Amino acid sequence: MTTRQFGQPVLRREDPRLVTGNGRYLDDLGHTAYEAAFVRSPHAHARITDIDVEGALDVEGVVAIFTHEDLEGPAADRLPLLIPHPSIEAGRTGHALAKDDVNHVGEAIAMVVATNRYVAEDAAQRIVVSYEFLPPVVGIENARDGANLVHDDAPGNVAAHLLQEVGDVESALAAAPHTLTLDLDIERSACTPMEGRGVLAQWDSDEQRLRLHSSTQTSTGVRAAVAAKLQLPLSQVECIAPDVGGGFGVKIMHPWPEEVLVPWAARRLDHDVKWTEDRREHFTASAHERGQVQQVTVGFDDDGRLLGLDVRFWHDNGAYLPYGVIVPIITATQLLGPYKPQNYRVEFWSLYTNTAIVTPYRGAGRPQGCFAMERTMDAIAAELGLDRAEVRSRNFIQPEEMPFDQGLMFQDGRPLKYDSGDFPASLAKLKALVGWDDFAAYREEAESQGRKVGLGIGCYVEGTGVGPYEGGHVHVETSGRVNVATGLTTQGQGHQTILAQIVADELGVSIDDVHVTTGDTRRMPYAVGTFASRGAVMSGNAVALAARAVRAKALRIAADALEVAEEDLQIEDGTISVKGAPHASIALSTVAVMSNPLRYAFDESAKAATQFAGTFDPDKPPVADDEEPGLEGKDFYSPTQATFANGMHAAIVETDPVTAEIKILRYCVIHDCGTVVNPMIVEGQVHGGVAQGVGGALYERMAYDETGQLLNASFMDFLMPYASEIPHIETDHLETPSPLNPLGIKGAGEAGTIPVTAVIASAIEDAEGFPIRSMPISPHELWDLRRAHAHALETVSPTPTEESA
Amino acid sequence: MKPAPFVHHGPRTLDEAVAVLGEVGHDGKVLAGGQSLIPVLNMRLAQPAHLVDINRVAGLDTVTVTDSHVRVGATVRHAELEKHDEAYAVLPLLRQALLCVAHPAIRNRGTTVGSIAHADAAGEMPSVLVLTQGVIEVVGPRGRREVAALEFFEGPLQTVLEADELVEAVRFARFAPGTRTAFLESARRSGDYAVAGVGVAVDVSTDSGEAVVTGARAAYVSVTDIPVVVDLTDAVAGQPVSSVWDGVDELVQAGIAPEADIHASSEYRRMLAAELTRRALTRATTEGTA
Repeated sequence: MTTRQFGQPVLRREDPRLVTGNGRYLDDLGHTAYEAAFVRSPHAHARITDIDVEGALDVEGVVAIFTHEDLEGPAADRLPLLIPHPSIEAGRTGHALAKDDVNHVGEAIAMVVATNRYVAEDAAQRIVVSYEFLPPVVGIENARDGANLVHDDAPGNVAAHLLQEVGDVESALAAAPHTLTLDLDIERSACTPMEGRGVLAQWDSDEQRLRLHSSTQTSTGVRAAVAAKLQLPLSQVECIAPDVGGGFGVKIMHPWPEEVLVPWAARRLDHDVKWTEDRREHFTASAHERGQVQQVTVGFDDDGRLLGLDVRFWHDNGAYLPYGVIVPIITATQLLGPYKPQNYRVEFWSLYTNTAIVTPYRGAGRPQGCFAMERTMDAIAAELGLDRAEVRSRNFIQPEEMPFDQGLMFQDGRPLKYDSGDFPASLAKLKALVGWDDFAAYREEAESQGRKVGLGIGCYVEGTGVGPYEGGHVHVETSGRVNVATGLTTQGQGHQTILAQIVADELGVSIDDVHVTTGDTRRMPYAVGTFASRGAVMSGNAVALAARAVRAKALRIAADALEVAEEDLQIEDGTISVKGAPHASIALSTVAVMSNPLRYAFDESAKAATQFAGTFDPDKPPVADDEEPGLEGKDFYSPTQATFANGMHAAIVETDPVTAEIKILRYCVIHDCGTVVNPMIVEGQVHGGVAQGVGGALYERMAYDETGQLLNASFMDFLMPYASEIPHIETDHLETPSPLNPLGIKGAGEAGTIPVTAVIASAIEDAEGFPIRSMPISPHELWDLRRAHAHALETVSPTPTEESA
Repeated sequence: MKPAPFVHHGPRTLDEAVAVLGEVGHDGKVLAGGQSLIPVLNMRLAQPAHLVDINRVAGLDTVTVTDSHVRVGATVRHAELEKHDEAYAVLPLLRQALLCVAHPAIRNRGTTVGSIAHADAAGEMPSVLVLTQGVIEVVGPRGRREVAALEFFEGPLQTVLEADELVEAVRFARFAPGTRTAFLESARRSGDYAVAGVGVAVDVSTDSGEAVVTGARAAYVSVTDIPVVVDLTDAVAGQPVSSVWDGVDELVQAGIAPEADIHASSEYRRMLAAELTRRALTRATTEGTA
């Protein structure tokens, strides 16, 4: 009897290879390739007046030095604005190598190709670039004020402006018994995967063919972009994502300048060229996220029920807008979480600044939205003196209201319609897990010991598994080996394991016989990529559908051979047998042989198949009209809309009464991502997500000074938390299957990150007794806040003035 | 992040090391554990033409404990000193401080002497050396000389060491019997450079039958340009060991000059240094022995 794999905590099959140093990452490839290094702008905003490469040319080992002047055709044009949107008023993108001006520190100006990276950097150091300085625009306040412009033709530094409204917010607020206004602020952070970006290009001049390896989250996207930029037929370009040491969003952005330049140089030099990003480059020349300034006005009744919600926010999109406005759109729509505000208006401005570009980072705008909504919920509770969980509960969408249409347009251009979820049940589980109702006693005991503790909460809904599609290909070899291919890429999440679990079950084979390939355009040329927590939903369902096609074909062939009806057959452990008569059986490997009329007897399976040669009908072709040779199947999964996962987190923090140091004592997660394929992998995803969330809440920020210099562009000063900073994470799960897809699953990749900033702010606020409106927060900032509030209490009015009823 | 070209010298004896440093020292750096130097080279913040790698020099890798001091050779790793039981027995402050030096992986490579010669204001071991009133043993083309710890440091990353000189060893002086010590830091993440840190040495007398403090000194991390000893005796002398040390603030504030950076304001560091001092005094007097 085959053990069902789906739902089991199957050990990750990729781990033995990855944790013993046998992964093959980008820099492990291309040992004989030339290596590239870049001269990057040390200035945030400047006009380039001269580039003098003279001194670099005679460095021994230098092969070529390129500037924008050397580029030709589409490669010299601006990089694409990948995802256009009607809200974009001034969409600006950069060049692969800067032309005339630079708009952020780290922008590439010249490319040096040399025999190795050391030599390339020696030469890069000798290239002299002259600049005429322009006033830098740094920070949302400066961008909004518009006195200086990043792009002359983007007035007010506005890249995009969008307003969405459901109901009549103005009337609702006017009629509401209570209103509050909150000014909120959330700072930049970044994905910071262990492996940075990297590209290896191999040009085959005999075949006029380009093979590209990129540390990317989308090999099909990179392939198409490079073909277009290099004016190559798509058929002459292949792109493979090797092992990728983390992405978290930054590698879904494409084409990066280097993804265009490295293959361009490889073709021009007729030699393999490689570029491996270093950490400093990653900080200044890749992408960041999160920075927003928000203003929320909320109207509510005496019970804390929302009557109207008016949100305006300003989103820092950095120097260019290659990835469009996906992030602020997600903030605007996902902000609502599990609540129904009745009347909702959201308006955002996406602003240029002279800083690194902003593209999705795990959570992708949701942490900011969750922060706005959950700070608002806490403010309502504080205003009315109600329990914070109770206020949330009163505003929940109820299970019987599912599917629930929020009346907005989501990031995929489709209606924001929740498919399922049981928010009251999730909250009940969370309260039980964290001991919500016993916290008063816990706090009292801590206070008696001179300790300050606080309890925080945050709820979210996450649109996952957005389309348009993903494909699966399943092929059974005559050995019984099952090859599975899907086009989306993997960055270590465990796709190889969960996709194998799904196929093993669907096909009735041992998981050990299933081999999964991801992100290789040679195996699956039509694919989208890994982002938006879509891997399991999209490729999971796609490979399931493909496996079902293979199963149907196998049963067809076996039924013919065994002369029984298909319905009477079963597949277990790779053997097809007649139900109730297990001796009448045929191996799947044998069926694979039979599926191909070209039957050279290379191996035992082929020999075995000869006994099932069947009847020979000279009037029929060896391959029937509606059949194909081989036991394989391909299918695509394309959903009508995203599926909506949800979760609720709670944390207990302790703040040092003197030094304001902040410690997370407990962190509890209730997570609902529909039917779970592998609970251990989901748990790992939640843990990793929470860890990145803790980074964003308490440690990480991009410290740009007023001139646009990034002061903390290293892991010494950019405080990505260590394991020692991450609390033990307690989790519990709820499974409300998605009605939208055959497997009932929802995405899980980003979930853990989304509410952490909101939860920690809530807990610190609870410990301190004054509002927390700006995150992340460090001990010295909390200490400053304490003094400001103590001072305010001593000197002015007895009531806080920031928000008035 | 690849270093600029340099010539690597790998002397096997101290004489060879001194000789080669004499030749290239003006445009060279001594490489021991490399935990500060290598990142600086990789970022091309420094581009010395020569590296004099002393890791193969015989005789520099020993810890010697005598009646008066603990002598630490130039290639002794932090981890070796941290785990050296004999050194701990006579001078617990060493292990107390070394546990605050970065992370185990860094302590496995980094050297205590290197950290002192590097003279980073955020380094723990310069402050420990100063607090013990230790001595730096310097060797160079003009022979050997000894420098008192307090005379050694001139500014952040600056010492009296000449370009052609090498620190052969440092001697941490042992405290008088009855001196208790503690070392405390507050860092943003565990093992980071401290926002502020303090080592204290507290003299305790039990002559009267009750444990009473007779004197105390502190040395700081990250809140002074160079390691200095702040004498807290006036604020603590005569108090029982169970005291709460409220009176130290003025002396601490007079002795430090913290600067602001992206991790903390100077005001916050002032508060933190004083609070850490109080906690370190408590820890030393209630837990520490020497």
